[in-house]
Amino acid sequence: MNPTVTRALKHRLFWPIVTLLGLLVLNVAVRPAFFSIRLQDGHLFGSLVDILRNGAPTLLVALGMTLVIATRGIDLSVGAVVAISGALACSIIAGSADPNSPTTVLVAVGISIVLALILGAWNGFLVSVIGVQPIIATLILMTAGRGLAMLITEGQIVTVNSAPYKVIGGGYWLALPASIIIALGMFAIAAVLTRKTALGLLIESVGINPQASRIAGVRSRSIIWMVYIFSGLCAGIAGLMISSNVTAADANNAGLWIEMDAILAVVIGGTSLAGGRYSLGGTLIGAAIIQTLTTTVYTVGIAPEITLVFKALVVIIVCLLQSPALQTRLGSLRRRPDRRRPDRRRPVTTSTGGVLS
Amino acid sequence: MTTQAPVVDMTDISISFPGVKALDRVNFRMFPGEVHSLMGENGAGKSTMIKALTGVYPIDSGSILLDGKPLLITGPAQAQEAGISTVYQEVHLLTNLSVAENIMLGREPRRGAAIDWRAMRARATEILDGLNLDIDPASQLGTHSLAVQQLVAIARAIDVQAKVLILDEPTSSLDVDEVSELFRVIRSLKESGVAILFVSHFLEQVYEISDRLTVLRNGQLVGEYLTDEILRIELVHKMIGKDIAVLSDLDRKERAPISEESEEAPFVQAIGLGRTGSIAPVDLSVYEGEVVGLAGLLGSGRTELARLLSGADRPDRGELSIGGRPRRLRTPRMALKARIAYSSENRRSEGIIEDLTVRDNIVLALQADRGWFRRIPKKRQDELAASYIQALNIRPPDPDAIVKNLSGGNQQKVLLARWLAVAPRLLILDEPTRGIDVGAKAEIQKLVADLAENGMSVVFISAELEEVLRLSHRIVVMRDREKVADIVNDDVTVGQVMTLIASGAES
Repeated sequence: MNPTVTRALKHRLFWPIVTLLGLLVLNVAVRPAFFSIRLQDGHLFGSLVDILRNGAPTLLVALGMTLVIATRGIDLSVGAVVAISGALACSIIAGSADPNSPTTVLVAVGISIVLALILGAWNGFLVSVIGVQPIIATLILMTAGRGLAMLITEGQIVTVNSAPYKVIGGGYWLALPASIIIALGMFAIAAVLTRKTALGLLIESVGINPQASRIAGVRSRSIIWMVYIFSGLCAGIAGLMISSNVTAADANNAGLWIEMDAILAVVIGGTSLAGGRYSLGGTLIGAAIIQTLTTTVYTVGIAPEITLVFKALVVIIVCLLQSPALQTRLGSLRRRPDRRRPDRRRPVTTSTGGVLS
Repeated sequence: MTTQAPVVDMTDISISFPGVKALDRVNFRMFPGEVHSLMGENGAGKSTMIKALTGVYPIDSGSILLDGKPLLITGPAQAQEAGISTVYQEVHLLTNLSVAENIMLGREPRRGAAIDWRAMRARATEILDGLNLDIDPASQLGTHSLAVQQLVAIARAIDVQAKVLILDEPTSSLDVDEVSELFRVIRSLKESGVAILFVSHFLEQVYEISDRLTVLRNGQLVGEYLTDEILRIELVHKMIGKDIAVLSDLDRKERAPISEESEEAPFVQAIGLGRTGSIAPVDLSVYEGEVVGLAGLLGSGRTELARLLSGADRPDRGELSIGGRPRRLRTPRMALKARIAYSSENRRSEGIIEDLTVRDNIVLALQADRGWFRRIPKKRQDELAASYIQALNIRPPDPDAIVKNLSGGNQQKVLLARWLAVAPRLLILDEPTRGIDVGAKAEIQKLVADLAENGMSVVFISAELEEVLRLSHRIVVMRDREKVADIVNDDVTVGQVMTLIASGAES
């Protein structure tokens, strides 16, 4: 087999990318105009743009989730943080004298983000200092958080009519939806922060073996704290985006089940829930798959009753394709004809194929 | 010896991995009622051989006969059913379950669909009694020492009416008494006709227990010998294929007792350092460039003392001064800042980060010390990795290799490289040579001697007294979690240290 093809097949993102392309092709087949993008009043419109825009909050939350999962943790509270940050920002703006003043919006956004950071720090505190299991620690905020959001909105759906606030989730910058730019910006920041500093190495090290990391002098406590704070920040910004897009804060429904989508995106992207090595690029693709899937359901016209089943099927297929057991089987199927060929080109040397004794 | 037909007959076995020929047309046979030792350095193919026999790896060519019939298995579970049981070097048991559950795991006695807990505990007790082991079957496995866990693993393997019992480095974490206990068990199994495959790096033990030896080197068969008919020195030659000049070179070089002639204060001085429930207060000083050997049985307090000196555990009494200044080391991080590095005896759980590369593992402690923000530049990382791979002869010499794929000795070298990279002033080595081959052992010993010569202080812990005597300027003997002797290594013999370990300070 062609070495390039073999390498591509082995790449951890091969199957997720194939799935994404497959979904896109399916969409084009049903609606030939799917790929068309048009420029109108200096704004880009089209299905692809919609997918990216609607997927921005999920991508953000999944980004924070990736790092949390890399440390062997999980953050179930992201949906609640989404609701809280949206509720707080909207309440401040709605309660102010001039909702259209950029200062008001900046203050509201600033306060909400600070609160999101505090909530992330609370999770981090429970996990790293108190030693509560992550799933339990974040479950606390997951349940209590919605109540907190209700307190802020006093049980009402708070609507805001503020042009500057609308920009975050519904506006455009440089012809692109602002939410896409924000999400990709955060993605770039996370990538640079983890790969250009040693944060990525230390996160993986703590995730793979916390005890050995401690002996090696890694400050696992502050690393773990940091990833939960980052996850809180991501969820907080996602909350602003969602509430800005619908110009309202709904304490009950904003960000509902977003933790599931985020965890799915991370897993589809090839990061193991057991912690350790993670892939931000994988998460990006994972989030794109999740959102494309939702869009596909609409374009293809799948009945709402079986929407969730359809989603589940796709997820199962991706997970199966990535599972080591199935890969080995596929691998042996592919390898068999090679054995008969004497002129087998150079042996595949991988970084993982070290000497076994 | 026996004229019976072999119970296991492996012929022309070859196994390849990408880029490596792990086994190349190797023959191996085992007879009932015999202990057969598989000998060879790390990477010689011993583990691969075992994994071929237990169905973990499929063989590329050759044949395996069990009782004269071809053995067709695709996994360890089937191997076990066929009568081949294995106890691996690292204990693969579930530490959060009870001893009884671990022994009976997968073969739980049942009453209908439910597990018959009473029968299970009774059977476990019976097995443990049969081995004369005083372990409460209801206790959680994780609360026991590594040595006891190893014995439980053996108990588990023995329960399966095995025809063939494979013991891969079973003694690497056992103390002298436990080894003789194990050998008693092995002998009685042997009498009942079980064929035992024994792998150990301790030549003494191999000569004590085995009837027959097979030597492998670089995946190839060197030969099969009767233990009585081959001299140790010949055996070592066959294993490494060259003279072990390194070892004899090192032997008892004149070592001036540094502590007595030194005018300076010791680099590390502990006064009454102790921890309730772990170790009684100990006085200890280590001078610059001095190697202090900690001798004692497993559980004597040697590891516990090392953990107090390195911040891995927090002392609750006593004083510690470093470089003449009183310090409190509450975490390993603080110890590293004070230039004290601790290499744990538990290579897998407290040492290497399995899924990271060799390079990442080497730079980890240095990077942790610099903090996350100041990343070591890629070029510097490559230089560090390359220089240590070369200096310590790490195989394969690939900085991008994932550490878990390396053999035990090479993992240990990677770990050493990590600690050396932070340029410690005191290096605490807890069992650095356990479970690794003669060649790597000699290399590590030589390294320790060189480091000390260049002014690094070393605390050296090993179950092998010869090794401690060979390297140390001074020997501290621990017994029952107390320090019982602190002697200058001046023609001290193994016998003398043994006496101290056994009977305390009076002698």
